[in-house]
Amino acid sequence: MTMLKEQLKQQIIEALNLVDVTTFDIQDDDPLFGDSLGLDSIDALELIVLLDKNYGIKLTDPQKGKEIFTSINTLADFVEKNKTK
Amino acid sequence: MPFISNYIQIRNNKVYKNGLLLFENSAVDFGTFAKNLYQQIGIVYPKFYKMDNLCQLAFLAAEIFLQENEEKNVGMIFCNYEGSLDTDLKYQQLIQDPNNFYPSPAVFVYTLPNICIGEISIRHDFKSESLFLLAKKYQTQYILPYTEYLISSKKSEKVLCGWLQMLGTNYAASLYLVESTGKIQHCESNIETIISTDNTNDYA
Repeated sequence: MTMLKEQLKQQIIEALNLVDVTTFDIQDDDPLFGDSLGLDSIDALELIVLLDKNYGIKLTDPQKGKEIFTSINTLADFVEKNKTK
Repeated sequence: MPFISNYIQIRNNKVYKNGLLLFENSAVDFGTFAKNLYQQIGIVYPKFYKMDNLCQLAFLAAEIFLQENEEKNVGMIFCNYEGSLDTDLKYQQLIQDPNNFYPSPAVFVYTLPNICIGEISIRHDFKSESLFLLAKKYQTQYILPYTEYLISSKKSEKVLCGWLQMLGTNYAASLYLVESTGKIQHCESNIETIISTDNTNDYA
């Protein structure tokens, strides 16, 4: 799980072009949206694409996104349970 | 009659403000040049890195003008030839292969050229008039009277106008700010001189 969390942090930094942010800057329980990383609604859509592309997870219900993308902890937990590749 | 208070030209890894060289570096591509210029300007605006090249170009040019601007009623009139083709082509690459079909929302949002006006408006909290024209060359004969109308009718206190070029390795921006005070007469010949690629300007 620790490896998955680090992998997710790296993938998020790359996919969302978070220049000047490193994996060390993202704590596992930091809120992904809000003040810390400053992600917006387009970033949320980009995260949905990331899940599909890297883990074969198709998020069909956007309402679930808010819960899944709460933090690296919640995202890693969701990926671990639902990944198909 | 309004005046041109400031103008800026960006091309060939150089930035000129009012005809004087303001910044230069030896970046090998626009992305590196834009990042270096962004750091030189000294602002912290992480969203800059998410913008496409056209937006970064317009954003940086405007930022140099507007860092000390407090007026919110600023109109914008931009013109270019390529539209958002630079990003359109990048987006097409993402959807080309049916076996690797992952359209990026972050790229898609920049497949309209007038998004750069939105990015500048968000940054500076502008809520004034705006227009983005696609044309083979800068439409001075239409833009000049429209700019003067915006100011005389008080729809805008200032108007940021100019030409943008962004496609592959070719980029250029020539923007000028029109307002009630300034040193350069707001006339066709002066606008044409600013928009031209020659940085050694001589104004009427």
